[in-house]
Parts: sequence; structure tokens; C-alpha cells
Amino acid sequence: MKTRVVLDLKDHPTYGFGPRMTTWWGTLAFCALEGMGFALVSGSYLYLAYLSESAWPIGAAPPDLMPGIVFSILLLASLLPNHWLKQAAVKKDLRRVRIGLVVMSLLGLVLLGVRVFEFPALNIWWDTNAYGSMLWLILALHTVHLATDVGDTLVVTVLMFTKEGRVPRRFTDVEDNGFYWYFVVGSWVPLYVLLYWFQRI
Amino acid sequence: MAGGIESLTWFFIAVCTVVWLLTMAALGFAMLRRRRTDHADPLKERPRADRLATLAVSGLVALTAVILVVLTAATFLTGKSLAGMQGEGLVLRVTGQQWWWQVTYESDQPSRVLSVANEIHVPVGETVTLKLTSADVIHSFWVPSLAGKTDLIPRRTNIQSFVVDRPGTYRGQCAEFCGFQHAHMGLLVIAHPRAEFDAWYEAQLKPAERPSEASRQRGEQVFTSRACAMCHGIRGTSAAGRVAPDLTHVGSQQTIGAGTLPMSEDNLARWIADPHHFKPGVNMPKTDLSGEDIGAVAAYLAGLK
Amino acid sequence: MSAGGRRDDGGLRAWLPTLLAFASGVAGALAVKRMLYPQAFARIAEVPGIARRAPPPLVPGQVPFDTRDDGLDDETLDRVLADTWRREPGFVGWLSSVDHKDIGRRYIVTAFIFLFLGGLSSIAMRIQLARPENGFIGPDLYNQLFTMHGMTMMFLFAVPVMQGLGIYLVPLMVGTRNVAFPRLTAFSYWIFLSGGLFLWASFMLNIGPDVGWFAYVPLSGPEYGIGKRPDVWAQMITYTEVASLAGAVSTIVTVFKQRAPGMSLDRVPLFVWALLITSFVIIFAMPAVMMASTMLILDRLVGTHFFNPAEGGDALLYQHLFWFFGHPEVYIIFIPATGFVSAIIPTFARRPIFGYIALVLSLIATGFLSFGLWVHHMFATGLPMLGASLFTAASMLIAIPNGIQIFCWIATLWMGRPVLKTPLLFVLGFFFIFVAGGLTGVMVASVPLDLQVHDTYFVVAHFHYVLIGGAVFPLLAAVYYWFPKFTGRMLSERLGTWNFWTAFIGFNGAFFPMHILGFMGMPRRVYTYPEELGWGGINLLVTAFALMLFVSFVLLTVNVVRSLRSGSVAPANPWDAGTLEWAAASPPLPHNFARIPVVTHEEPLWHERESLPAVAGLRVDAREIVVTTVTSARPDLREASPDPSIWPFLSAMAVGATFLGSIFSPWFVVWGTPVAAVALIGWFWPKGNPEDEE
Ligand code: HEA
Ligand code: HEA
Ligand code: CUA
Ligand SMILES: [Cu+2]
Repeated sequence: MKTRVVLDLKDHPTYGFGPRMTTWWGTLAFCALEGMGFALVSGSYLYLAYLSESAWPIGAAPPDLMPGIVFSILLLASLLPNHWLKQAAVKKDLRRVRIGLVVMSLLGLVLLGVRVFEFPALNIWWDTNAYGSMLWLILALHTVHLATDVGDTLVVTVLMFTKEGRVPRRFTDVEDNGFYWYFVVGSWVPLYVLLYWFQRI
Repeated sequence: MAGGIESLTWFFIAVCTVVWLLTMAALGFAMLRRRRTDHADPLKERPRADRLATLAVSGLVALTAVILVVLTAATFLTGKSLAGMQGEGLVLRVTGQQWWWQVTYESDQPSRVLSVANEIHVPVGETVTLKLTSADVIHSFWVPSLAGKTDLIPRRTNIQSFVVDRPGTYRGQCAEFCGFQHAHMGLLVIAHPRAEFDAWYEAQLKPAERPSEASRQRGEQVFTSRACAMCHGIRGTSAAGRVAPDLTHVGSQQTIGAGTLPMSEDNLARWIADPHHFKPGVNMPKTDLSGEDIGAVAAYLAGLK
Repeated sequence: MSAGGRRDDGGLRAWLPTLLAFASGVAGALAVKRMLYPQAFARIAEVPGIARRAPPPLVPGQVPFDTRDDGLDDETLDRVLADTWRREPGFVGWLSSVDHKDIGRRYIVTAFIFLFLGGLSSIAMRIQLARPENGFIGPDLYNQLFTMHGMTMMFLFAVPVMQGLGIYLVPLMVGTRNVAFPRLTAFSYWIFLSGGLFLWASFMLNIGPDVGWFAYVPLSGPEYGIGKRPDVWAQMITYTEVASLAGAVSTIVTVFKQRAPGMSLDRVPLFVWALLITSFVIIFAMPAVMMASTMLILDRLVGTHFFNPAEGGDALLYQHLFWFFGHPEVYIIFIPATGFVSAIIPTFARRPIFGYIALVLSLIATGFLSFGLWVHHMFATGLPMLGASLFTAASMLIAIPNGIQIFCWIATLWMGRPVLKTPLLFVLGFFFIFVAGGLTGVMVASVPLDLQVHDTYFVVAHFHYVLIGGAVFPLLAAVYYWFPKFTGRMLSERLGTWNFWTAFIGFNGAFFPMHILGFMGMPRRVYTYPEELGWGGINLLVTAFALMLFVSFVLLTVNVVRSLRSGSVAPANPWDAGTLEWAAASPPLPHNFARIPVVTHEEPLWHERESLPAVAGLRVDAREIVVTTVTSARPDLREASPDPSIWPFLSAMAVGATFLGSIFSPWFVVWGTPVAAVALIGWFWPKGNPEDEE
């Protein structure tokens, strides 16, 4: 069909930050579906706890608190550098972005390290009973998200140290990576309560 | 079908048929009606027609809502009347197994507890309460003419109650897919007047009769000394297997293999010779008995009335 | 660490299981998560790039033109843009295509092949059931067949074919040049294809699942599910759900951010609304079945106890998770079909749809309500009466939005002047069949009634009425309607009419008697039935008409093949329809539109008959799309759209191999993950994009 030009977009920018970009919405959609996954495992956990004939937790002491506390404090603390990094990305400050990414990568690796100690602290194996299976599943599921974002952070970090880092559009990727980190942190809070405190109350 | 359900079904069928007919009539009229207006421009505005259509559609939606309320209320009332069964009456425990039914008549006196398979005898006009559970996978208890389905779920107990109004034999079948032989997991509910039922019960409580003819004695001997007795039990003999149906009075039953074959000595022999021919995958293995032994066992079992 | 000390066996041995479970304990879903997230995130991955070929010189010897489209006439523009947007030549180029039309077409064709396979398995079942105590097929094969039939039809045909049409048509309808995440969409196709091949290869190897399409535990659990069969079920779910989720994310973002300028929310075609809402339903429903299948496979492979009642698990938990997905699933199939109907009716009624807002709200209401009905599949499990009644009421409630849709469509036909072409014929068939199926749905929503007919052929009749009437008939209407757009050829109306009547009579003849069989007490999923029950005659009738239904699909195939060879050539807008896809050429050029249109009306082509208002200022030497604001679609950015890439294909192969291997050993997850990660980084890593310097 014939067209007639009524609008010229010549001077529109080729990228933006946050909800202006398609990527941001994609990330949000993935957060939604993964959040749904978390909600469903949590629901399943509560359902089994409610049905359980024997006392909950079944056949085990409640998890040890130490690794979980260390992990949670570190995770919450990571919000600060993450925020700082996101702002640096929006300001396209390459130096700050590089520093922020290195900090976040290191923090992520430390967090993964601490996470390894959380599994034995659950005080039960996944194949002991359904309670154990649930704890392991929830913790593992969150670990996958954590590992994914840490992996992505590492890749972005390397990327920003190559010449690609000078491409302005790359800053939107940094910002987006930080956005997902909020989800990793946010989803941990209810899971933490469920894993460590639910049995105690 | 039990009374309340039957009338509810007819009510739903009637309402749905009318709704369907009206919808189709409207569609037919919409397609075929004569048009006077000119439709060359698809975007021509027709505010009056639009207003009328809005009214009509709103009215129909309101009507739909009313019908749905009526249907929901009818459902609820029928459900309540079915749930309001009086007392427990005769209590049976039914355990689903791949692919047969174990039926236990409970009693305070251990000697009066009765375990049979695939056939449920009940007194007419009295409430019967089934406690349903499963030994393996999920099954579903369904005797279409008596009541709806209730699932048998491992480690859960579901309750179903019904009253049989008329004496007779009612066919039932497992209704939840339970593997290989879900198709051959039938059962019978046989309703007798109370006196007849009591007689049946007393007869069933008795241990198996010892055979007098030589061939049947041989049958008993084969049964108890060979693989049969590892799975099946026959009270009054040394056969005490528990994983397969109790055969103490198997000859009095109407079917073989949970509804797979009609009961007869011939059929018993054919079944024992190769159960997998009739019910492939059944947990009963093909035996290596000689033809003669099979005949003897069949004769023995057929006589266990 | 206190935890370490408590395990007396200590040392490495104690840690091994930790590591093992860490890697494998989450088999399917975990790999999935690892896969899914990076892709969305890696819109970076969808790295823009400049076309490697220089645009052909316009006038030899002249200075190269400006790389914007402003000064170019439509014809030149088409030529240059087609070159920028086309896929690379050769086989690798074919595998690397990220054109939504290529991907959509592949989805549709593949789904039809699975329809054929699913149909063949149903014909085999029907032959077995035609006579009582028939010996044609034994229980082992029959149980595999109905499971393969249900899984193929639901997961490999109905859902993908709807998504495929969405992938093809949504960008055209909203006036953009590609989907939001083309590489993710390509990835989703390859995963879907691997899942389908995996399922059917397993069937050929006699490890086809035999536990029904919902694979209840404990029958599918570690104790009773034999061999690898239930594992095949669980992993095939993982494949198809990953594919659907990826497609859904891309569709949502395409609709939110890539609508042509001016296409505010109240001008979005109902088809696009339908696909959008379906995508949301996918996002919130599919994780449930992923959880269910993951827990199942963990129970089977690494000894967890989610569904083991002896160790604190529960068999009904599985059913809740499955049906929390399973009910929305049927609307995932049905809602896009309502989109076809809403697109076809205005065109052939020659007037805009009546009740646009009401229809949009009904779709949204259906989407929401669909999450509140799942228990109506579990009435027989012995739930408390009150809870069951609530689900009865909710199930009835959903008849209201469905009714609104039916009434608005009839009103549109009523007030228009219908032209009875084949697409409309199939839509009329849809009304006839779907309304009947919806009403039997209302019947089974009633608890006492359902307890009678649950798991009988009455339910089989209900769901074929709604699935075939509510989804396949609209789909066939859609095939006849959009075929000219897809191929540039018209289908024969004469064969189309034959196709319709054989399908219509065949369908009703095959499935109406099943209602009666259900009332007579015939349970579903039985490979045979005794003669004395008297079901033989009706079953024979059913089988005969099922063959007629089969013939109708053969006629469709003949029609398609003939028309591809020698059909009359289709103009851009053969039906004089009003939505944007008809402004593109038939078949569309790689870039869809020479200029991105500006939308001024909900039926743009009816409103602008002479020429379409459009935007200028986009680059012609690189893939650029217009990104607009979410509600009012004001133009905001000229974002780069990804170039073709082989990495989605390679990633899909790596992920697919991981899923497949995980059935045999959890270690496959451990080894597969790094490979998949490498493929993903390959996908993610930018490859020199000169236009980024801008
Ligand atoms: C496209 C797929 C589709 C659709 C649209 C529907 C629509 C509906 N379904 Fe169906 N259903 C399935 C696919 C679908 N179903 C499948 C696959 C199964 C079986 C799964 C399995 O076990 O394998 C199933 C099973 C199923 C069951 C479980 C049965 C059982 O296992 O015992 C129930 C119970 O409530 C149910 C109810 C409904 C209802 C109330 C609707 C409603 O949405 C229908 C609403 C529509 C109308 C009512 C018609 C139009 C309305 C009007 C014309 C207005 C006037 C109407 C009135 C006044 C009533 N369905
Ligand atoms: C969209 C979904 C869908 C579709 C279209 C169909 C289509 C058909 N179905 Fe089925 N069906 C289900 C979904 C579907 N079904 C589900 C979910 C179940 C439950 C499974 C379970 O219990 O687990 C079921 C179960 C089911 C049963 C019950 C089995 C049992 O419980 O034992 C039966 C029995 O008759 C049956 C029959 C049929 C028939 C005859 C068709 C016919 O309509 C088929 C006609 C189609 C063809 C014959 C294909 C021909 C196609 C071509 C020729 C195209 C050619 C194209 C190319 C070559 C590119 N189906
Ligand atoms: Cu037992 Cu089906
Ligand atoms: Cu449903």
C-alpha cells in the first residue's frame, strides 16, 4: 500500500534506560514468571507443612542460622553498590561502571561461596523426607538465579573492559543487569523466612 | 443413577439445550435476515442499531447470569441432599490394587471380619459406607447406577455412602487410569434383602470346604504346594498369600479377574493356563502347571462355593 | 562451620552429595532457568549490527545516498530494506534466520505435522475401539497411544500452532518489522522442535510415555512408572514449556513496545489482545507444570519425596500443581482462537466488531478467572463439599465472559452484511460446536453431575467439542483467511467448502455420540470393553465418522498443495480487510513495511483508503525498529533489531541435549551446563556494530 510520510523520527535516540527499552520489559516478564515459580514452590511447601501429620520440620532440627544470616546480610548490603552501579550506568560513567562491576562480581562470588554452606546447614538431606526435598528445592532454585546473575555480571564486566565498553548502548545492559539483581535480592527475603524461620514459629 | 442426580442431569440437559438452540437461532437469523441498508462503506456509523445491540447484548448477559445462578443453586441443593445420608450403616473398607478390589467388612469381633475381592454384597435399603483407599496408585470407585465416583488415593481415606433401593447386581468399574489393565478392573455390587445378605455373610465367614472327590483333592494339593499359595489365600488350608484376592469362596463369585471373564470351571482353567491372554500385564504370572493339574485346580476352585 | 562438624562421615564424601544435588537436584527446571534468564537479559545478546552487504548503488557512479529512508520512494525503499532484513543465503543462513515470518511459518508447519501424527494415533485408537474386545492393539501400545495423542495435540500442536500464528501475525498487525526478541523466538522454535522429535523418537523406541497427558503420581512416580517412560513425559514438558515461555515473553514486549505510532491501546486489534493475554496466562500458568514435572523427575531420579505420602509428601499436591497449569492451558489454546474469530468476523460482516471494549474486558476476565478453576478437574478426589462448590460457582462464572464474546460476535454479524466465504463458514462451525462444548463444560462444572461423568467419554466429548470446535475450527478459518498473506496464493473456495462440510459432519458424527457413551458409563482410557455392555454399535459409528474427519484434513492438504502449485495469485488485501497486516505485500517482504505506518483508527485500512500515513527517518542500512510508549504508542526510540545468528540454534541444541541426557544421568546437567553457557555467551557477545557509534 502507498504511504505518505507524516512524522520524521530522524532525531529520536537509538537507546534509553529503564522502561523505555524493550530489554527492561523482557527482564520484567522473566522476573514475573520466575517469581511465579518461587510462589508455587513456597505454596507447595506450606501445603505439605499444613498436611503433615507429624510435627514440622519432620525428623530434623531446624536449619542452623549462621550461614543464612551471613548470606542475607551480604545480599542486602549488595544493594548499595548495585544501586551505585546502576546510577553510574545511566550517567555513562565508564570508570565508575567498571569499578562497580568488579565489586558486584566479587560480591556475587562471595555470596555463591557462602551459599554452599547453607545447604549442609539445612540439617537434612533432600532424600530424607518431603520436608528435606522442599528445603533443597527452594534453596537450589534461588541458587540458580543467583548463579545466573553472577555469571551475567561476570560476562558484562569482561565486556565493559573491552572496546565494547565504549559503546554507549552497552550501559543499558549494565543497568538491566542491576535491575535483575533487585529481583534476586527481593525474592530471597520471603524465601529466607520460609527456610529458616517458618519451622521455628 | 441415584435419584437426585438423575433429575439434576435432566435439568441441566434441558437448560443447556434451550440455551444452545436460542444461540443458534440468533446466529441463523443474523446470517440470513434481509438487509435493507447499504453496506458499501464498512465504517458507516449506525448509532441506532448500535444502541439496540448494546441493549440486547446486556440483556442476554443478564439472562446468562440468572441462568447460571439457578444452575449453581440446583447443584448446591442436590449436593446437600446427597450429603445428608443418615448414619454410617454397613461399613466396608475398599482397597484398590493394580488391578482388583480388596473389600473388607469391618467388625468389632476379629472373627467376623471378612475379606473378599471384586464383589460387594450389601443389604437393600440400608446405608452402606465405603472407606476407600489404595495400596498402590490412584483408582476410582464407580458404580454408575448407585453413586458418583470417589478416588482411592494411597494414604488417604475417602468416604462414599449409598443406599441400594432394589435387589440386583450392579456393575462397577475403576474410573481413574491406573496403568496397564485399568480397562479390566471391574467389580459388582450385589444387593440382597437383609436376611439373604446375612446368610451370605455367614456362609462367607466359614472356611473353605475340604473337597471330597479325588480330582479336587489333587487340585487343593497342587494349589497349596505350588506358586498359587504364595499370593492367594484360602481360609481353612495352608494357602495364606495376601497380595492377591482371597479365594476361600471363589466359586460363588460371578467373574474371574475383576470382571475379565464370567465364572465357570472352564474359564478358570483357561485363566490359570494363561491369564495374560485375557488380561495382558496382570500381576498373576503364567504358571508351568501341567494340563491335568490345571484342570484339577480349576475344579477345586470352582467348587469353593 | 557447625554444619560441617555435625556430619560424622565428614570430608569429601559428605560434600559429594551436596555438589551432586546442587548440580542435578534441580535437573530440568534449573537448566531452564539458566537458559531463560540470560536470553531475556541478553537483549544485549540480540546485538544489533549493520547489514554486511552494502546497499546496491541506486544510480551507478553517484555518491552513496544518505542511510536514512527520508528521500527514497517506496519501491527503492522496499528493495534496499529487503536486502537489509533478509536472511543469509545457504543452509546455515536458514538455521540462523531470526525473521519472525520464517519462525512463525516453521512453527505452523511443524505443528501441523504433529497434528497429523496426533491424528494418526487417534485413528489407531479408534480402530481398536471400533469393536468390543478387539485385538488390534494391546494395552501397552494403547496406553502409549492415548498419551502420545493427548500430549502431541496439547503441547506439540494446539499451543505451538497458536503461538506460531502469533509470531507471524502480531508484528504485522501492530506495524513493526520483527518481534521484540527475535533470537529468543528462534531459540524457542528449535527447542520446541527438539522436544517434539524427542517425544516421537522415544515412542518409536518403545519408551513413549503411557501415563496419560497429565501423568498422575504415583502411577508416574518412581515406584510404578516403568522404565524411562514417565521421564520422557517430564522432560518433554520441560522442552515445550521453555519454548512457550520464551515465545510469550517476546510477544508481550512486542505488543507493549513495538506498536506502530498512534496504535494506542484502544486501537490494538483484538487478535493482538488475544495473543497478549494468552502470553500473560502462559507466564503465570506454565511455571506450575514446570514445578510439577521437575519435582516428578527429581522424585524419580534423585530420590526426593515430594509426592511420596510415606515420607511426608502428597499425591494430590501433584494434581493441584498440574491443574493450576492445566486449566489455564485450555484457555491458552482457546483465547488465541477467539482472536482469529474476532479478526475474521468484521472482515466478512463488512463492519467493525461490535463491543470492542466488552470483548477486551472479557478476554482479560477469562484470563484472570482461568486461574480459579483448576479444582474442577479434581472433584472426585474427595475434597470438602464447600470448597468444591466454590469451584463450581467459579466455573459457571466463566460462562459470562464467554457468553459476552459469543453475543458480540453474533451482534456484529447481525448488524453487518455477511459474505459467506470459507473462513466465515468455519467460524459458523465454530459457533455451532463450541457453544455446545461450552455448555457441556457448564454441566461438568456441577459437582454431582461431574461425579457421574468424570473420566468417561462424556468428558472426552466435552473437551473435543471445545478443543476442536473452539480451537481447530477457528484455526482452519485462520488458515483459509491468512493463507493468501502467508503465500501470495488463494486457496480454492470449492475445495474449502468440501473441507468444511466433511470436517463438520465428520466431527459431530464422531464426537456427539461420545456424550451418550459417557452416560452409558464408558470410562475413558480403556483399551477395550466387554461386548455385553452394548457400547459396540456407537463406538463403530464414532470410528466411521472419525475417518471422515480424517478425510477432511486430507482435503485441506490437497487444497494447500494445489494452491501452492497453481492457485490464483493473491493481492495484498484480497478480502478488503481493515487491519495492518493486509497493508504488507502478500507474502510480506522481509522488512514487512517500507515505512512504519502511523495508526489513526482501529481499522486503519478501512479508514485510510488512498495511502497510509507513515513515519520516516529510519536507517535503511541497518535493522531498526520504532519503539513506542506502552499505552498511547507515542514514538520514543529507534532501537536496533538483532541480526541473524546461528547461536540460538546452537544454544537450543546444547540445552536440548542437556534435557535429554538428564533422563539417563543427572550428570548430564553438570556437563551440559557449561556447554550451554558457552553457546549463550556466544549469543550474548556483541560482534561489532558500527551504528552503535552513532
Ligand atoms: C479449548 C479448551 C477448553 C475450553 C474453552 C473449556 C471450557 C470449559 N470447560 Fe473444559 N476441559 C477441557 C478443555 C476446555 N474446556 C479439557 C481439555 C478438559 C479435560 C482434560 C482432561 O481431563 O484430559 C476439560 C475438562 C473440564 C472439566 C473437568 C471434567 C472432568 O474431568 O470431570 C470441567 C469441569 O468443570 C470443565 C468445565 C469447563 C467450563 C465451565 C468451560 C467454560 O469456559 C465454557 C464457557 C462457554 C460457554 C458456556 C458457551 C458460550 C456461552 C453462552 C452461549 C452464554 C450462555 C450460557 C449459559 C446461560 C450457560 N472442563
Ligand atoms: C487439540 C487437541 C485434540 C485434537 C485436535 C484431538 C483430535 C482427535 N481426538 Fe483426541 N484427545 C485430546 C486432544 C485432542 N484430540 C486429549 C487432550 C485427549 C486426552 C488424552 C488422555 O487421556 O491423556 C484426547 C483423547 C482422545 C480419545 C480418548 C482416548 C481414551 O481415553 O482412551 C479419543 C477416542 O476416540 C480421541 C479421538 C480423537 C479423534 C478421532 C480426533 C480427530 O479429530 C483427529 C483428526 C485429525 C487427524 C486425523 C489429523 C489429520 C491431519 C492431516 C491429514 C494434516 C496433514 C498435514 C500435513 C501432512 C502437514 N481423543
Ligand atoms: Cu484402577 Cu483404573
Ligand atoms: Cu478446566
